[in-house]
Amino acid sequence: MQEAPATNLIDTRDMALALRRHAVQMTHLGKSSHVGSVLSLADILAVLYGRVMALDAADPRWAKRDRFILSKGHAGAGVYAALAERGFIPREQLKTHYQNGSKLSGHVSHKGVPGVEFSTGSLGHGLSVGTGMALAAKRAGRDNRVFVLLSDGECDEGSNWEAIMFAAHHKLDNLVVAVDYNKIQSLDLVANTLALEPFADKWRAFGWHVTEVDGHDHDALLGALDVAAGRRGIPSVVICHTTKGKGVSFMEGQVLWHYRTPQGDEYADARAELGLSHDEEGRADA
Amino acid sequence: MRDAFIAELMDLAENDPSVMLITGDLGFGVLNSYIERFPHQFLNAGVAEQNMTGLASGLALEGHKVYTYSIGNFTTLRCLEQLRNDVCYHDADVTAVAVGGGFSYGQLGMSHFATEDLAILRALPNMMVVAPSDPWETRVLTRQMAAAPGPKYLRLDKGQAGLPVNDAGVQLGKVRTVRDGKALTIVTIGAILSEALAAADTLAAEGIDARILSVHTLKPLDAAPLLAAARETGAIVCVEEHNVVGGLASAVAQLCLENGTTPKAFRAVGLDDLYPTIVGDQDYLRAAYGMDASAIAAACRSVVGLAA
Repeated sequence: MQEAPATNLIDTRDMALALRRHAVQMTHLGKSSHVGSVLSLADILAVLYGRVMALDAADPRWAKRDRFILSKGHAGAGVYAALAERGFIPREQLKTHYQNGSKLSGHVSHKGVPGVEFSTGSLGHGLSVGTGMALAAKRAGRDNRVFVLLSDGECDEGSNWEAIMFAAHHKLDNLVVAVDYNKIQSLDLVANTLALEPFADKWRAFGWHVTEVDGHDHDALLGALDVAAGRRGIPSVVICHTTKGKGVSFMEGQVLWHYRTPQGDEYADARAELGLSHDEEGRADA
Repeated sequence: MRDAFIAELMDLAENDPSVMLITGDLGFGVLNSYIERFPHQFLNAGVAEQNMTGLASGLALEGHKVYTYSIGNFTTLRCLEQLRNDVCYHDADVTAVAVGGGFSYGQLGMSHFATEDLAILRALPNMMVVAPSDPWETRVLTRQMAAAPGPKYLRLDKGQAGLPVNDAGVQLGKVRTVRDGKALTIVTIGAILSEALAAADTLAAEGIDARILSVHTLKPLDAAPLLAAARETGAIVCVEEHNVVGGLASAVAQLCLENGTTPKAFRAVGLDDLYPTIVGDQDYLRAAYGMDASAIAAACRSVVGLAA
């Protein structure tokens, strides 16, 4: 992993703020949904892309890179923003998100976008694929890790539990799952839809190492996510307790902001809360 | 055919350590020799086909040549979206292998009839669709498919056409001319070729010489021999142990129409867009649902006059 470019100079909190600013601007410009989902996982992405993962923007297919799959593909704007912040794609390209002819689809796609490991959008796919990648790494004797980011609502999908059983059975300790547990899914609270609790116990019962953290606490995220391959002999899940819409007060914890697009005064207010001037369109370096 | 497939796969695995066979907990007695010889190139994913197919994609994207193996609809329809999103969209080198094409498992009931698979798999971009007609042809095509990276579907049949070995006569992606003839053309896919051969014998005794084309590769479809058949014989009867919607007949009809080579007469012999509600062996169900030799011969007679 020592070949990986140094990432310790990146301030992940700055990066998370940049991701949130991008998310609000991208969803506004594209008139798209899911801003609340991106704000929810901005800190997880910042810690992964800014510190934890071995990546090389100059060589996106570098064989020893850590693999990352955003299984909750609807938060793809966050991955595009993270890739822009890490130099895989131009920041300017983010403005094309959701627009006619754009490669930056609403749900994350690898086609023509360097750095995207895998395309998702239908929930319940990413973990199985990540499991295959982790198994391949083990069989090849590579020590790269595979990170898969799930949503909480996504855990309704039975295919995830097939993969969860498989990964434990095959002792895939190079596989790390993060769950963005913001307690809100598309139409309602998770607890009112299909209750996941006792969530951590479910993972433990399936044979996983479980850590629960505040999903907006960067030190806690770093400590939990940066698991060395081969350390525990079992796969790891980090249940990240998050707030949907985190960082924009009126979006926080609101089911509405799964789908609502920031427009008009709401857009202006969101920009102001994130420290962007009212008429600024590009990335704010402020 | 499944034994022939496994025999060929063992040869491939011997020479290519990237070969990985994953079963969805099926293959009792069939996979044993493979598992014994290649324990590190084998996985039993359990009864979990969605995960099996997703993880197959993950393995393939990391350099493996992956084969998923199960009965009929379990490697295809059960995990269709994994095939579509994870395998086909990513051009992953995964071959979904279904044992029990058509009515192979005729006594087991509709859950085990693979009678829409060709249509559905054919509709997936990037997916190659292959259905051999004999065990020896299965070996040839399995070998040739291994040299073609990307998503593939291999439909294996319990029945067999019973034709003599002719390795040199089989080329992936090319229609095989099984019998020449001028009165009409029977176009078949898979082992139901045996019924077409029997029908052609009956017709020959009546002075009708039927051409027989075996379309072992439904996708990509080899246009030239099919268009030539439409042009030269004037009548086409498509035969498939499959729904008549979306499979071989649909593919051939579209090909002919788009190329302005419309046959004067055209028939689709197959399952008439229904779910069988009775069981029986493969021969019984072919007869019961109108796709045995006599039904094929009748369809042929009905078009000969029209084509003249």
